[in-house]
Amino acid sequence: MSKSKRRLLLGNEAIARGLIESGCAIATSYPGTPASEILAAVAFFQNQESLPIHTQWAVNEKVAFEVAYAGCQTGLRVAVSMKQVGLNVASDPLMSAAYLGVKGGFVLISADDPGPHSSQTEQDSRLMAMFAKIPVLDPDSPRQAKELMGIAYDLSEAYQIPVMVRPTTRVCHSRQDIALGAIPKTKRAVNFEKNPARWAATPKFRLQLHGELEEKLNAIAKYRPTAPKKLNRTSRATRAIIASGVAAAHIKDILKELKIWSKIPFYQVVQPFPLHSKFIDQMIETYEEILVIEETMGVIEMQLADRYRVKGKMSATVPKVGELSPEKIQQIVTDFAGLKSEVFSIKSPPSRRPTLCPGCPHRASFFAIKKAAPKGIYTSDIGCYTLGLNMGAVDTVLCMGAAISQASGFYHAYKNEKKRPDIVATIGDSTFFHAGVPALIDAVVQKVGFVLVILDNRTTAMTGNQPTPATGQGACGEPTGIVDIRSLVEGCGVKFIREANPYELKNFIPLLKEAVKYSRKNGPAVVISKYPCVLHRARQGESGESIPVEVSDACDGCGYCIKHFECPALIYHDDEDDKHVSIDPILCTACGVCLNVCPKGAFVEKQ
Amino acid sequence: MSKAVKQQILISGVGGQGVLFITGLLAEAAINKGLAVFTSETHGMAQRGGTVVSHFKVGDFSSPLIRPFQADGLLVLKDENIAQHGSFLRAGGWAVVNSSNDVKINKDLTASAVDADRLAQEIANPKALNLIVLGLALARAGRKRRDRINLFCSLADVKKVLQKRFGGRQKIRDASIKALEAGYKELRN
Repeated sequence: MSKSKRRLLLGNEAIARGLIESGCAIATSYPGTPASEILAAVAFFQNQESLPIHTQWAVNEKVAFEVAYAGCQTGLRVAVSMKQVGLNVASDPLMSAAYLGVKGGFVLISADDPGPHSSQTEQDSRLMAMFAKIPVLDPDSPRQAKELMGIAYDLSEAYQIPVMVRPTTRVCHSRQDIALGAIPKTKRAVNFEKNPARWAATPKFRLQLHGELEEKLNAIAKYRPTAPKKLNRTSRATRAIIASGVAAAHIKDILKELKIWSKIPFYQVVQPFPLHSKFIDQMIETYEEILVIEETMGVIEMQLADRYRVKGKMSATVPKVGELSPEKIQQIVTDFAGLKSEVFSIKSPPSRRPTLCPGCPHRASFFAIKKAAPKGIYTSDIGCYTLGLNMGAVDTVLCMGAAISQASGFYHAYKNEKKRPDIVATIGDSTFFHAGVPALIDAVVQKVGFVLVILDNRTTAMTGNQPTPATGQGACGEPTGIVDIRSLVEGCGVKFIREANPYELKNFIPLLKEAVKYSRKNGPAVVISKYPCVLHRARQGESGESIPVEVSDACDGCGYCIKHFECPALIYHDDEDDKHVSIDPILCTACGVCLNVCPKGAFVEKQ
Repeated sequence: MSKAVKQQILISGVGGQGVLFITGLLAEAAINKGLAVFTSETHGMAQRGGTVVSHFKVGDFSSPLIRPFQADGLLVLKDENIAQHGSFLRAGGWAVVNSSNDVKINKDLTASAVDADRLAQEIANPKALNLIVLGLALARAGRKRRDRINLFCSLADVKKVLQKRFGGRQKIRDASIKALEAGYKELRN
């Protein structure tokens, strides 16, 4: 390998590079960990090489999927990327697209998060591929993920079928030195050939398409470039191991380290569905016992028909829950190989919990919400502001957009009670666009008495500050159209709308109280809490007004600010005679919000 | 290239301390030496002030993660993390910790400690605590005596990466190199 051409690439960057080197012409996405960096990297290479690609952050995963899909109907190679729960949102077009098939190559990247590290579920997208009846590829490393992009496009075009590539967090968020390849210069013709019988198929034709889909899958189960590989060719034994994804990578190192590399036949499956038919026959004919290790569900395992010989999740040999860490795998492999087992796992104390950043405007909003509706029910949503949990200002988190529909549900449940709780929903700006709008329309129609606080920090913060429809900037930094949140809320039919800066707690708390009062009698009230994300501002080189604060002698160490404001810059000193709070000068952003937090007025402006 | 270098280092801290930054520097240094490199990181929600750990491997590896009792070295930017990550270290491994006190990793090993928070304040670059800790590790790698640690790269290698990384942005480049050297000089005889 030459030194100069290797670059350190994040798994998601490797995926992006693989797409571009395969001639991808349209790339769409909605941000979500661990998939977020894929589209950003496509945009980076696009800018670097001045490529004529359409790259966009869509309003949600369903729209992202459909925009890309139309692109492949014209013959272009396209890609849509998302996290696994995003695929739930895009599952409607996915199921249908599997029947209709594709013309240009269509690659769907759905990144799973075993653990989960940053997700609501540990669901396995490969099972979604099986459900939709499309093939899925399962890379073990950034390097393989890049290689698989070209293979996925070839497969997609060979059988006119959408192809899923399913990386996991450990692939997306590892970095590896990777050789860059050439980017094709030729441009494909864009040509949408009308064929309503196929592209707008009625149920009668859908039956026929379903039959064709099954034929495609049968053929793909024989497709050579994605067939399973025996990695230790010379090994012979009566028992074998099958693995896919990053589990296969762990096993490679473990078998070598335990010096049993040549003792146990080890197969890597790159295409877990459809599992190659010859491979299934060969495994069942050859081996008495087969161990299958994969994340997070038994997709390969369930296609190996023999329950007696196959050890995996269904036999409780491999855990069904949680990430398969290399130490867990080592234990399973050691037991399977009949080696003396050691205890590898370590019990560690819990990690430090994540918290809203110092100076985060959400903290001010949550503090005000608790003041305005102290006994309220607080529904919330997916984003940084889920961390309002730490402040006791978030009671529910279900999925994108549910803050609003759950607020409605709580309202209806309590409707006939004498004492009805105030309900305050919080949702971020990006999440509101993504899935909040239909729920708000529903709440207006049903006259739901609740306050919706839209936490408008001008960005999709949790996933790395991607733009929202209100930003006016696209994935490559190009200017885009703008949708104004206030106008959108008005358009949904809400009559009470206020916009305010949460940093100004003195005004913000009374405003929220007014909204709560309104909601009790009149239906939905919306407060748009506007202040930019501190991380985003820092990245843009902006700075706000600086209000340096110090702690006066009035502090008696009651801990109110620690419990109710929970700013990481506030340090509690639990000294026997001198309990007090101080401010960490490195973490403090001088937002000045805490000036209005202490009941004793101990936070004062530094002179 | 040189005879098979294989090293695994765990880098541990909390969000905002620059764990990923120094991981990136080590990775660039490895690439410059023609070595294969594999790192694994924490992103997303955990980054919001939560525990951040990166696994760094140089040499021939397939797995991106380090198993318990397998790490050759430990760089710890927040000493409270030792309780959580100390047991990744193998017998005979080394550890460098940001701490004002000496820190025992296990019964056999006391880590090299440097009060990087204080030192960073002293050189008026409070965010550079990560480079100070890395600097101390590089100093131990440069030793000839018993406290020498086996590290695939040298102070000069990392300086070269910083120079390339910051290019013409002289102020931040010089401040970063100064922080690295401040940590390097902390190693007492």
